Amino acid sequence: MVSYNPTYKQAFRPSMLLNDKRYRSYTFQFFALFILICIIAYLGKNLVQNLAAAGLNISYNFLGTPAGYDINQRLVEYNSQSTHLRAAFVGVLNTLLVAFLGCITATVVGITAGILRLSNNWIVSKLMGVYVEIFRNVPVLIWILIINSIFVALLPQPRAFRGENPEATMLFDAFAFTGRGVYIPKPVLYEGGSIVLATFILSLIAIFVYRRYARKALFEHGVVIPVFWRSVAILFVPTLAMFFLLGNPIGLEYPELKGFNFKGGIWARGSLISLWLALSIYTGAFIAEIVRAGIQSVGKGQSEAAGALGLRSNLIMNLVILPQALRVIIPPLISFYLNITKNSSLALAVGYMDITATLGGITLNQTGRAIEAILLLMLFYLVISLSISAIMNVYNRSIRLKER
Amino acid sequence: MPSNTPSFVRHNMLPEAAPPISERGLIKWLRENLFSTPLNIAMTFIGLWVIYSIIRGLAPWFYNGVWTAESIRECYDILDGTKGACFAVLKERFPQLVYGFKYPSSEYWRVNLSVFLLLLALAPILFSKMPRNMLIFSIVYPFLAYWLIWGGTVLIPVLALLGVIIGATIFRLLSSKSFVGAAILSLIAAIIFWTLTGYIIDYAEGFVALKAVPSRDMGGFMLNLLLGTIAVSLSIPLGILLALGRQSDMPIIKWICVMFIEFIRGVPLITLLFVANVVLAFFFPPGTSLDLILRVIIMMTFFNAAYIAEVVRGGLAALHSGQQEAASSLGLDYSQSMRLIILPQALKVSIPGIVNVSVGMLKDTTLVSIISMFDLVGMIRGPILSSTAWNGVYWELFGAAAAIFFVVCYSVSQYSQWLERQLETDNR
Repeated sequence: MVSYNPTYKQAFRPSMLLNDKRYRSYTFQFFALFILICIIAYLGKNLVQNLAAAGLNISYNFLGTPAGYDINQRLVEYNSQSTHLRAAFVGVLNTLLVAFLGCITATVVGITAGILRLSNNWIVSKLMGVYVEIFRNVPVLIWILIINSIFVALLPQPRAFRGENPEATMLFDAFAFTGRGVYIPKPVLYEGGSIVLATFILSLIAIFVYRRYARKALFEHGVVIPVFWRSVAILFVPTLAMFFLLGNPIGLEYPELKGFNFKGGIWARGSLISLWLALSIYTGAFIAEIVRAGIQSVGKGQSEAAGALGLRSNLIMNLVILPQALRVIIPPLISFYLNITKNSSLALAVGYMDITATLGGITLNQTGRAIEAILLLMLFYLVISLSISAIMNVYNRSIRLKER
Repeated sequence: MPSNTPSFVRHNMLPEAAPPISERGLIKWLRENLFSTPLNIAMTFIGLWVIYSIIRGLAPWFYNGVWTAESIRECYDILDGTKGACFAVLKERFPQLVYGFKYPSSEYWRVNLSVFLLLLALAPILFSKMPRNMLIFSIVYPFLAYWLIWGGTVLIPVLALLGVIIGATIFRLLSSKSFVGAAILSLIAAIIFWTLTGYIIDYAEGFVALKAVPSRDMGGFMLNLLLGTIAVSLSIPLGILLALGRQSDMPIIKWICVMFIEFIRGVPLITLLFVANVVLAFFFPPGTSLDLILRVIIMMTFFNAAYIAEVVRGGLAALHSGQQEAASSLGLDYSQSMRLIILPQALKVSIPGIVNVSVGMLKDTTLVSIISMFDLVGMIRGPILSSTAWNGVYWELFGAAAAIFFVVCYSVSQYSQWLERQLETDNR
């Protein structure tokens, strides 16, 4: 009797490295690796030769030496005697600042424009369509420069605010829009101010706990507990009570004209504002399209079915449409946040001192350490984008449809 | 009609009446689209007010625009205090905005001709209804455009094209035996041909030559188009290869591709341009010096290829795995199944995405102005705005740059949407 022997194995012959599918992939991978190593070795050899010829070496010692240049927009203490490392750190904070502000406003602008574009109103939806198309199809660098030109060319210089009959006046005596930037009042904590702040944070936590409690009560016992107005009350009542009890411990420091310039308040440089606005309006146009696509992706039958079940229109939106639309909206939204962070490197064009302008700009030019500076710069952006995409992967896994 | 019907019941039908005036035509449309609810009415008026204020602000500016003047001072004199644009700068600096400030003005026709021919060469690629024979011109076009724009002897592009033809012929003849072997052999043959004929060019520099223009003389919007077109066309094949590599089940090849794609996508383009500007030279053999424009093209190609790879990967993932299995069961090997079954379908799905990425690339070419190349934005920020005659003409110049980019990018994205609709009807 002849039996089929599944454990039969052909003896290995060298020619199988090319002809047998089981081994061929090893050959390919070996060659790919070999070629890659050759390329790296070749580039490395050139690098070493070129560096030797130029009398350079790879060293990160320059990070510890005094930077010797000033950074006007800064969030932490810095002066021209600080090290290059400190300058880079200031740059990192500035990048994160403009990216953070940009993400918030871009989301607000994008969601508003996206919803308005779906509005029944013909004029409004067409206007939003024009906004989206105009801003999407022109490079963001041009938008940054155009908005920066408003500061350079249109807004008055601080000295125009002087005199009996000034050419320019402050808005509400609190906001000054000048060619040098925007001056806004700065909140100041007096004695007891931190208690008010702590109360506010505590009430935020209280709202969160309360909403969870209400949700749990709804899902487990079927009891509907009103949430909205009570949340508003929790948010404002304790904080305001504490504010007046302690005798107005939080005040505002208004910008004031002293000589030829404003003193006091927060001075947001024109470069920061123009970068921020341009990034948010430009990215907002893209986000508007995502929001529109997300809402349209939820079939009409869904809202009709919810209506047939007797849900009111705000409940339809909250419980049926949004959860499904967000599944479509959030992944591209996060990648646009990443885009804002990367596009903030265009700060260089308007002189905003972000990481690209400090480490990749002035530090690089002063020390001549091109390779080191650019490697660090890329590392920074890589860390940010890889961590954001890691978060996104976790999120995508959590919202994946449970298919059976 | 039965006779027992009561007399108060009508016996014959009334003629059809026209709908009431509020339910037809313009009025119906207005009621439904502009004045349906109080909120809607409010939004209509806000919208009208926005349009009105935009027109009121911009109309006199356009209407009073000055088209002939020597400098911004003269513009102000002509305007005499009224509000108006100084479009004279666009007229006077038009060649600089389009061709840069160094490209010889006697040779502008070459650029114009190559842009016109570019449209001809793109037509059969973009519209499948065009005659297929035009594809031959699309293949010849890159060599022709190189000759037209950079000038020099016609032998360089002709011999380069010949090398490509020789390689392609060898590949055609041998590819039925072994795809990889044919690819390697044809590459070697082409390289041998180019090396040998390279000696001829040294002796025939004047043979049917156009005036040579060095790369650093390119500028203006022409530079944006040049960088955009070259980077996009080079990055599509590279991106497809990267996407295939990323899908591969060979771990080493997969990881090489993943690392390349994720690295490039993780950093801003401006850092890659810095690399092109100051670092890349360190990696070339000592003594060689590549044009900055060429280094920028390399980095932009890498950048765009990484994004295209992700788009193509999406297209590959959208294909049902049954396609690959069916191809294997027919006995097709990897390269055959990819070329004949998988890629045609996957690329068809990803064309709109590729077009979107490429529009992004074209917009991103303005970033070269930051590494002091004089593209459209670089020309405006550099030579024009800093000249004494036109110092301070911001809106007209940036507005013109925005308008140029808008026209180009909007038409490309409209094309992509049109294509998407075409493909949808094909599939379902």
